[in-house]
Amino acid sequence: MSQSIKNVQDEIIEDFEFLESKSDKYNYIIELGKKLEGVEEVHKIDKNIIKGCQSKVWLVTEKQSNTIHYRADSDSILVRGLISLLIRILSGHTPEEVLKSELYFAEKIGLAQLLSMNRSNGLNAMIKQMKMFALAYQAQENATQKV
Amino acid sequence: MNIKNIRADFPILAQSIQERPLIYFDNAATSQKPQVVIDAITHYYTHLNSNVHRGAHTLAERATIAFERTRETARAFINAASVQEVIFVKGTTEGINLVAQSFGTHSIEQGDEILISEMEHHSNIVPWQILAERKGAILKVIPVSDEGELDMEAFDKLLTEKCKMLAIVHVSNALGTHNPVKQMIQKAHAVGAKVLVDGAQSSPHFEIDVQDLDCDFYTFSAHKVYGPTGIGILYGKKEILDELPPYMGGGEMIKEVTFAKTSYNELPYKFEAGTPNIGDAVAFHHAMEYVNQIGKKNIATHEEELLRYGTEKLSNIEGLTIIGRAKEKASVISFIVKGVHHYDIGMLLDSKGIAVRTGHHCTQPLMSRFGIDGTVRASFAVYNEKEEIDMFAKELAQTIDMLR
Repeated sequence: MSQSIKNVQDEIIEDFEFLESKSDKYNYIIELGKKLEGVEEVHKIDKNIIKGCQSKVWLVTEKQSNTIHYRADSDSILVRGLISLLIRILSGHTPEEVLKSELYFAEKIGLAQLLSMNRSNGLNAMIKQMKMFALAYQAQENATQKV
Repeated sequence: MNIKNIRADFPILAQSIQERPLIYFDNAATSQKPQVVIDAITHYYTHLNSNVHRGAHTLAERATIAFERTRETARAFINAASVQEVIFVKGTTEGINLVAQSFGTHSIEQGDEILISEMEHHSNIVPWQILAERKGAILKVIPVSDEGELDMEAFDKLLTEKCKMLAIVHVSNALGTHNPVKQMIQKAHAVGAKVLVDGAQSSPHFEIDVQDLDCDFYTFSAHKVYGPTGIGILYGKKEILDELPPYMGGGEMIKEVTFAKTSYNELPYKFEAGTPNIGDAVAFHHAMEYVNQIGKKNIATHEEELLRYGTEKLSNIEGLTIIGRAKEKASVISFIVKGVHHYDIGMLLDSKGIAVRTGHHCTQPLMSRFGIDGTVRASFAVYNEKEEIDMFAKELAQTIDMLR
């Protein structure tokens, strides 16, 4: 059983508390961005683009038994860093857990001050899209159960 | 010209952003406002506020005088022949839309051609596309060279007797290219086409003489010329404006209304339906006066030096490519950096208190032409200094190192 969505967020908030200066925080996000696995070129297609982000963001998902696994990529390294945090929080959970989740980490670590509001809107678009996939999987499950 | 004194006129520049002194290099998006303009807005609402051209009372009279004074100042600012040719609009975008609607309705027929260029802002593309679709007209596009200049040979070929309108940007917001519009206007007139010049980016930097250019329409926004947002000017030749149908219907633009027929007011009021943005129009007078006091020539000389200095500084940064290297340029430097996304640069510069624009600058076709999806753009105004460019270049180099 993976850690709860809440626990991972608390861990991230704690990580950021250790980063004193703004520049440390940026460097940390950039490092996360560089380490992000990303997606293969074949997945970098319009169908997988999340609308509402100013840089390009591609999101693909996979369901393993009853949990969702997210992979994503961007041409912006800061956005890749953000994606990395989101994946760490939401990947490996059931659709129900993802849908129920309340994401408070962004506010706690002051992402809006670090990245412009536009970027925060992009973050919301990413979260929304991740939840949409959860909703689609849940609908699929319900349909299968009925059959 | 003492830049320190000029800077002191702009209170916003004294501000800290992200705990660093603000370096404002997003002037092509909007310029900052001097204290005289800010004070004029307060003064208007404190002492003058009233509707114009209507009331028979003292305040209405004073507001009307102040409002009409701006029209005269704007006339002189672009050297129009008469105030009848100076129409208040919200800004450049509305100016272009007004012409596309009104001139389009009156003078564009099926199969006519409208000529624009590859470096147009979306505001000078979309209104013509809408018109072309409505009328069955054809939109043609002048290509841009690798240096960011208009391909004048292609222009000569594209300009035919079928062309009824050439709508062309004077200075490109994304590249800084200063286009040879005077020469283009002569050629367009020779085939019987009318010409609209998008002056949004030329009005802040260069002396504008619409009679010398001989353009049929010229439009610009106050907010890029140190004035308030939400007000701008459309110039049109009187003999053309007289022929055109109104753009919007409402108050102010009428002479007499009956349910059978309405007769329209004379120029320029025919095109000014509804209560205008009086307060900002009144304050705009002070912005133009401010520019006049410094002198357009002095502004251009200073900005040219900033452009030269900035171009030299940025060219030393490894992996940086300047997009737009036209011989004639305004103080705009657009660039990309190999392996680094423009948003990341913009975001990190912002954390150092440096404001630049990133993205496609509302010129997506131009970005496609260069095979990129955006640039970082630094654009300078009269109050910018070389020291700021030094700081910018230093922080930019560090930012790029961080991101690589």
